[in-house]
Amino acid sequence: MTLAALQEEIRVAAARAAPLRLRGGGSKDFYGNEPRGELLDVRRYAGIVDYEPSELVLTARGGTALAEVEQALAEHGQCLPFEPPHFGAATLGGCIAAGLSGPRRAAAGALRDFVLGVKLIDGRGRLLEFGGRVMKNVAGYDVSRLVAGSLGTLGFIAEASVKVLPRPSAERTLAFEMAEAPALDAMNRWAGEPLPVSASAWHEGTLYVRLSGSAAAVQAAAPRLGGSELADTVAFWRSLREQTHAFFSGEAPLWRIAVPSATAPLELGGAQLLEWNGGLRWLRSSLSAQEIRAAAERAGGHATLFRARDKSAGAFTPLDPVRLRLHRELKRAFDPAGILNPGRMYAQF
Amino acid sequence: MGEAVSLSLSRRHEVARALREFLPARAVLFDEEDTRPYECDGLTAYRQLPMVVALPETEEQVRRTLQICSSMNVPVVPRGAGTGLSGGALPLGDGVLLSMAKFMRVLRVDARARIAVVQPGVRNAAISEVAAPHGLYYAPDPSSQIACTIGGNVAENSGGVHCLKYGLTLHNVLRVRGLTIDGEPLELGSEAPDAPGLDLLALAVGSEGMLFVVTEVTVKLLPKPQCARVIMASFDDVEKAGSAVAAIVAAGIIPAGLEMMDRPATRAVEQFVGAGYDLDAAAILLCESDGTPAEVEDEIARMEAVLTGAGAVRLAVSRDEAERLRFWSGRKAAFPAMGRISPDYYCMDGTIPRKRLAEVLHFIAELGKKYGLRCPNVFHAGDGNLHPLILFDANNPDELHRTEQFAAEVLEKCVAVGGTITGEHGVGVEKINQMCTQFRPDELELFHAVKRAFDPRGLLNPGKAVPTLARCAEYGRMHVHRGALQHPELARF
Ligand SMILES: Cc1cc2nc3c(=O)[nH]c(=O)nc-3n(C[C@H](O)[C@H](O)[C@H](O)COP(=O)(O)OP(=O)(O)OC[C@H]3O[C@@H](n4cnc5c(N)ncnc54)[C@H](O)[C@@H]3O)c2cc1C
Repeated sequence: MTLAALQEEIRVAAARAAPLRLRGGGSKDFYGNEPRGELLDVRRYAGIVDYEPSELVLTARGGTALAEVEQALAEHGQCLPFEPPHFGAATLGGCIAAGLSGPRRAAAGALRDFVLGVKLIDGRGRLLEFGGRVMKNVAGYDVSRLVAGSLGTLGFIAEASVKVLPRPSAERTLAFEMAEAPALDAMNRWAGEPLPVSASAWHEGTLYVRLSGSAAAVQAAAPRLGGSELADTVAFWRSLREQTHAFFSGEAPLWRIAVPSATAPLELGGAQLLEWNGGLRWLRSSLSAQEIRAAAERAGGHATLFRARDKSAGAFTPLDPVRLRLHRELKRAFDPAGILNPGRMYAQF
Repeated sequence: MGEAVSLSLSRRHEVARALREFLPARAVLFDEEDTRPYECDGLTAYRQLPMVVALPETEEQVRRTLQICSSMNVPVVPRGAGTGLSGGALPLGDGVLLSMAKFMRVLRVDARARIAVVQPGVRNAAISEVAAPHGLYYAPDPSSQIACTIGGNVAENSGGVHCLKYGLTLHNVLRVRGLTIDGEPLELGSEAPDAPGLDLLALAVGSEGMLFVVTEVTVKLLPKPQCARVIMASFDDVEKAGSAVAAIVAAGIIPAGLEMMDRPATRAVEQFVGAGYDLDAAAILLCESDGTPAEVEDEIARMEAVLTGAGAVRLAVSRDEAERLRFWSGRKAAFPAMGRISPDYYCMDGTIPRKRLAEVLHFIAELGKKYGLRCPNVFHAGDGNLHPLILFDANNPDELHRTEQFAAEVLEKCVAVGGTITGEHGVGVEKINQMCTQFRPDELELFHAVKRAFDPRGLLNPGKAVPTLARCAEYGRMHVHRGALQHPELARF
């Protein structure tokens, strides 16, 4: 499939004002509000375009399988530092459009921090390039990072360049029997000390802390923290990243509550699993969206209805009027006909 | 007195009077002697007296200032400390210069949450100072950090010598509060991760004061590394030093800092600060490692091996903190040192892929010969962010002309090898023509549409950063006709 053909498809859809549903591997179909429109399968536009390990940059087409990208990086001892979830046959473009980061986010940064540039086909079928393959670039507004997490509402990510990093040479996970409040305390305290903590999680009375870095650093830090060593460190963090951990199975709606990390335990009932030093609180609960969003807001955060059969409450925390207006204006700038993934992020655009 | 002049005078008084309704007299300046200090930023070749300078102290005063300007159709140029190097804070003769310098309060340091909430006029270095008692610091460290403000840093997405490992302003700011040109409050990002909706914070950082006025910033604080050591590696050849940079990164090492200075730069600096540089070396690299003592020892050994393998002829590792700071002192004083050896210097800011460093440095050296101008290099090598400093005398029109052509060729080369015309200093008014080289009309048009989303009438810092298509068309014609890019006036430091 050529870019020109994709541009033409979008142009035709725009002329007909016919909504398009951009889709990579379909691994994140569940995420956001219900997808609408005619399917535009972008997996056909795939392949790694450029990868030079010494540049710490990989460039690939949007339809490239995320697994293929990670495989290529692994062969050179590198990785995507934000540990994005696959949730199935993910593509790189879909991964960036979803904007989800995994366990290492609190230590390494979010997905958008690693996006260096994109080639985008906007809602008029125009091919646009923003950012590039270099580490520092302040020419023009940072559109490539705006596109990260935009859920396909601004354009099709035809190609993206991401910053990659060397894989840590050593990794260990320590487990501690601890209640939620002291666990939150420990996570936030350790995050403020010069320790090689690369991930943290708490669930059902156990705090898990992963140390990553040079062998020397990990070895020096482990005895300072104490705890007991977890046998299979890789499998455990993968089960959180890919949500194969038992906590994530079952029918109760899954909420993704984001709060400032040091926020005290949220008294919401239901099962919880904490990540990112407490900044991310997964909740299984059938409480109303209003109740959950109000609690998140009181703590200075927001709540996303992540997986649920009924998303009539809207997947994302509603925007205030000023921000909503900006969203609509930006949508108009990128997609005046409003055909790209309409309603996927917010019903209003 | 001509009609136009008296009209503009009455306009000035009208605007000043409206602002004085809620600002004290000392916070509304319009006499030439009072507005003169605001006529330029760090790019001093561009000067323009503003119609009026407003110095509000509260967010409410900023809101009302913006509302007044908006309702009177007066353009507004925000300003922090005025250290910008691309003319971003250059005033408009028919506009209000909005100084945020009085917003100097640190509102909150939360050591447990590792954040600081500060007003936009707080100096970059002041944040690390207030965080220090908690063992924390704010990572981005532009060389101008004792003077520049966090509001300016947000507007420019500023970097520093440690951003290879710790990121730019973008990576270290969690939330920004601001006001639109109509005085509407805006919260972008949040202290909680992944604020809902589009990532407007990413758009705002680096927007050069053109989308909204920053009134509050929440920054991330990091734990201070236990220790740090720096290697000074000498090379007998500039291109070898360039290749060594790529080799370090290829070896899986992300140094805390990786800076390069060539001999013209070390010599200029050494007579000024005495940093202990190897003056025989064609170029030196400063490679820093930080972390726990064990980590640092390990990494320093690995870096030494790579540097030696890449052809370093001499390595000196800082033995203590005093020596480490001495090695860095020369790097940090490089710009002022240039001011001592040349009447003027012009600092470029292109970024290129690391693997092209050797080639582009060679290209710059050849251009130096072609134009007969000295051009020391002091730069963020690890990020591929070049700062060639062309030395010239602005009073010599021919030298100025040659400098313009030299600079234009360097920036075009940066774009040609897959890089960018600016890594951290911004476009401002300075590189606005080169934007036409880097972006196509459709992309520029989209930038304008983004601006309109925030500022429909184009009143906030108009004319900066994004050229009009008409300007690019004009520039393209000049480009073809004269065979060389035209620059407006260049920096005079
Ligand atoms: C000697 C020297 C060394 C330097 N070293 C570095 C370096 O290492 N790295 C680097 O990145 N830069 C460097 N700079 C450039 C400069 O210091 C940075 O760009 C800095 O961020 C500018 O901050 P300022 O407060 O001086 O902003 P100003 O120059 O006052 O303004 C810069 C831009 O920000 C806008 N602005 C300012 N405040 C606000 C606000 N509150 N709301 C909205 N917009 C606002 C202005 O309109 C303007 O467009 C250096 C400059 C000098 C003179």
